[in-house]
Order: sequence, then C-alpha cells, then structure tokens
Amino acid sequence: MTKSVISAKGVTKRFGDIVAVDDISFDVQKGEIFAFLGPNGAGKSTTIKMLTTMLRPTSGKLTLAGHDVTRERDSARKAFGIVFQDPSLDEELSAYENMELHATLYGVPKADQRPRIEELLKLVELDGRRDSMIKTFSGGMRRRLEIARGLLHEPRILFLDEPTLGLDTQTRNLMWNYVQKLSHEKGMTIFFTTHYLDEAEDVAERIAIIDHGKIVARGTTPELCRQTKTKTLEEAYLQLTGSTLRDETNADYNALNMKLSARNRKLR
Amino acid sequence: MDVLYILWLRQVRRYWRSGSRLLGTLGQPILLLLALGYGIGAIYRRAGEGNYLQFLVPGIITQTVLLSGIFWGIIILQDKRFGFLSEMLVAPVSRTKILLGSALGGATISIFQGILVFVLSVVFGFRPHSWAAVGPAFLVLVLMCVALTSFGAAIASMVDDFQGFQGINNLLVMPLFFLSSALYPLNNVPTALRIISTLNPVSYMVDALRHLLSNQAHFGLGKDMVVMAVVFVLCLAFAINRFNRIQM
Repeated sequence: MTKSVISAKGVTKRFGDIVAVDDISFDVQKGEIFAFLGPNGAGKSTTIKMLTTMLRPTSGKLTLAGHDVTRERDSARKAFGIVFQDPSLDEELSAYENMELHATLYGVPKADQRPRIEELLKLVELDGRRDSMIKTFSGGMRRRLEIARGLLHEPRILFLDEPTLGLDTQTRNLMWNYVQKLSHEKGMTIFFTTHYLDEAEDVAERIAIIDHGKIVARGTTPELCRQTKTKTLEEAYLQLTGSTLRDETNADYNALNMKLSARNRKLR
Repeated sequence: MDVLYILWLRQVRRYWRSGSRLLGTLGQPILLLLALGYGIGAIYRRAGEGNYLQFLVPGIITQTVLLSGIFWGIIILQDKRFGFLSEMLVAPVSRTKILLGSALGGATISIFQGILVFVLSVVFGFRPHSWAAVGPAFLVLVLMCVALTSFGAAIASMVDDFQGFQGINNLLVMPLFFLSSALYPLNNVPTALRIISTLNPVSYMVDALRHLLSNQAHFGLGKDMVVMAVVFVLCLAFAINRFNRIQM
C-alpha cells in the first residue's frame, strides 16, 4: 500500500469575495515528482503558500507527512524544504552563514551543521564560494544555494515554486537533473509549480492542471492526452484552460493577480 | 537560545561589515556636538546656565539611538521586500522569537553607537558627573535602545515601501527629538512647548541619562524610570503584535 506524503482534502482559500483556490483535493505519494501546472493567477502560488504554512486555508484539510499544516504547524514545517519563487537569501551574509542560519532555525544539532553544510555545498558545486557574500552570486548560483538550503534539515518533501523563472537553459537542466536525482536516490517527494509545459512533461511523474482555482485534470502526460483526446500535453493543456489570454478575459482575475502580487510584495 | 543568538548574530554581522552605515550614523551626532556644543555653548554660559556641553551630551546620545533604533526597522522592510523574511517565517520558530532575536541585534547596534557618541563627547570635553554613574546610565541606554528598536520594527511591519517608512520616520523622529528636553532646559520655555515636551517619552529618556551623567534632572530619576518602563513594555508589545500580523 502506498502512503500519501502530501494530502489535500477540500481546500479552499478566499480573499474577501475572490475565491483563489476552490475546493481542491489531491494526494502525492512518497518519492513522487508532482507538478502543479496552470496559467498565471490560476491558484498555484496560493496553493503552495497554504501547503507551506504561509497562508491559512479558509476551509479544508492539508497534511504533510501526516502533520496537519494548521494544527501541527512546526512539525509540518520541519517536514518540508522550500525554494521560493522570489530570491530569499540574505545578500549581506556569505553562503555558509546563510546555511548556518537556516540550520539553526530548523534545530539541526550544532555538531552536525558544519559537515552537512559542506556536503551540500559540494553537491550544488558551491563549495569554492563558501565564504563569498551572496550579493556576488549570479541568479543560477543563488538558486542552487537555495536548493541546498532547502535540503539542510533533511526534509521529506521539497517544494519548488516556479523555480526556473529567470534561469538560463543550462542552469534549468542542471537543476532538474539534480532534483530528479534527489527523488530517485533519496526517495524525496517533490512538488513544484510551473507554467512551462516542457518542464511539467519532462520532469514530473504526475501533473495536476489547475485553472480558476480548481483542478481541471490530473494524471500522467499520456493520461491527460487520453482524457482530452489530444496528442500532446500542449494541446491537452490549451483545451482544458482555453487559449485566450487571461488578463484580457476576466476582470476578476486581474483583480486577483493584483491582489496576489501585492501580497507577494515582489520587487523584481 | 541558539535561535535568538543566530538572529542576533545576523544583525551584528551585517552592521559590522557595512562601514558606510557606521559612519553615516555618526556624522549627525558629531555635527550636533560641534555646532550646538560649541556654537550655542558660548551664549548658554553667558546666560548664566553653566556648561552647555554637560547639558547637551545626554540629549545627543538619545538622538543617536532614537535615529539608529527606529531606522533599524528598515532591515525588516528589506527582508520583507527582498524575500528573506519568507525564509524566516516558514521556519519552525515562533514569530515572536524571530522578532526578539532580530530586535536585540538591532538594539545592540544602537547601544554600540550610543557608547561611541559618549566616548566622542569625552574627547570633545564632556566629563561625566561621576564615573560610578556610567554603569547605571548604560542600563538606561539598553532599556531605551530595545524600546526604540522595537518601535522601529513595529512601524516597518506595518508599511510596505521604503518611501512610506522614510516618511513616517521623518514625521516621528524629528519632532520626538526637537520637542523633547534634549536641546534646551524645560524650565523657561513657553507653556505649550513645555506641555508637549512633558508628554514626549523621549524627554524622560534624556532626563534619566542627564541625571546620571550630568547630575541635572527635570523630572527626577524615579519618574523617568517609571515612564521608560511603561514605554518599554508598550513598544515591545506593539512590535510583537505588528510582526505577528505580517501577511506573506
């Protein structure tokens, strides 16, 4: 019997009158690579924020490795690592110091910190830049360090929220190879959001397509094609989500996008 | 304890590495000491009020920590805008702890600057009334710095952009400084100004330091300490409350 590591049951999130996520349910099995695919403003980021305890669901139940994200928040938090959509390193600290801070916040024992940090820095090929300030790092280096940081407390789940935005193809390939290795070799469960079809198709074992806050289809790429009687994931995706531009079709979604980006407080 | 320490260390490390911040915050007190201490000092003496530097230095120390304490909040704003706050807030640590560790780091920086200004003042000719009172004055400084840093953190938690923060601060810091007992004795000022200054908590901070360092007091140390204790608790509670409400 397989046991689900991530489980969502009837999860809804409202912001005032706007329903960002509308009664969604899904399960992700141990060691699985699962993608949340959808257009901008579909509810991907809101879902990942609820899963990672940043937002409280209006209703429904979310569990990570058996821990309820609202009632057993700290246990749930120890169960996952996250690579945020926006950069989240302290620019004025070194790579090692960023890792050290994370390890301490997550209660990694002092004696384990140094060897673990050095091992992970080697893994993402940043051991040579151990003591450099983050402000001297390129976008790709930062992302690699963020992945290493997310793994520092040995989580069972790794969340990646649109992790390849702004990265070049080489870095993207390298990153996904590495993520796949983690899943295959360590049995880590990977959950990522994206709006790039190729990433979902190449990397994920199962895909959920989300639109207007609802999961409109789920399954492997062949299953999604079969369900929609199409030949490629792109055709399936467009049939499910429509081919019109979001921003022009639905005023509510404009409002939602604005609201969400205000919440994200993005600068870049 | 480890968590508080690492958050404190982060603030201190960042400060220590940024030479420009250190110099920037010392420029103003030096200017005030020179221009006011020596410029106004001559008139002050002629008016029969004694040595103005002895009167002024506690006010300048207060101004330094008022500015650096409240402006420290900008780091919380930076963390909010540049993403590092998310990393801290999804960690299995309470927000109150994150705030306390960081604010204690900020307060340490302010305390350090206050001490630096004190040392500078001694170089410029200030003499503490009694060296034995410097210890208690240090404790007053610590209390002030934690309160003011928390206040800055509370404001930074509520605003979302740097201009807003800057604006609120200018609206607060300058009046809090100029309308306090920092620059002039409250005995002979017009009634309106005296009332405002008496309501301004910063006056009590200045007064406590002035009592201990220069043996001159307007309200008296007892009253100063009571007001400061209340302000300390209020600022800390305000900061914890606001920081816990930050939406991600």
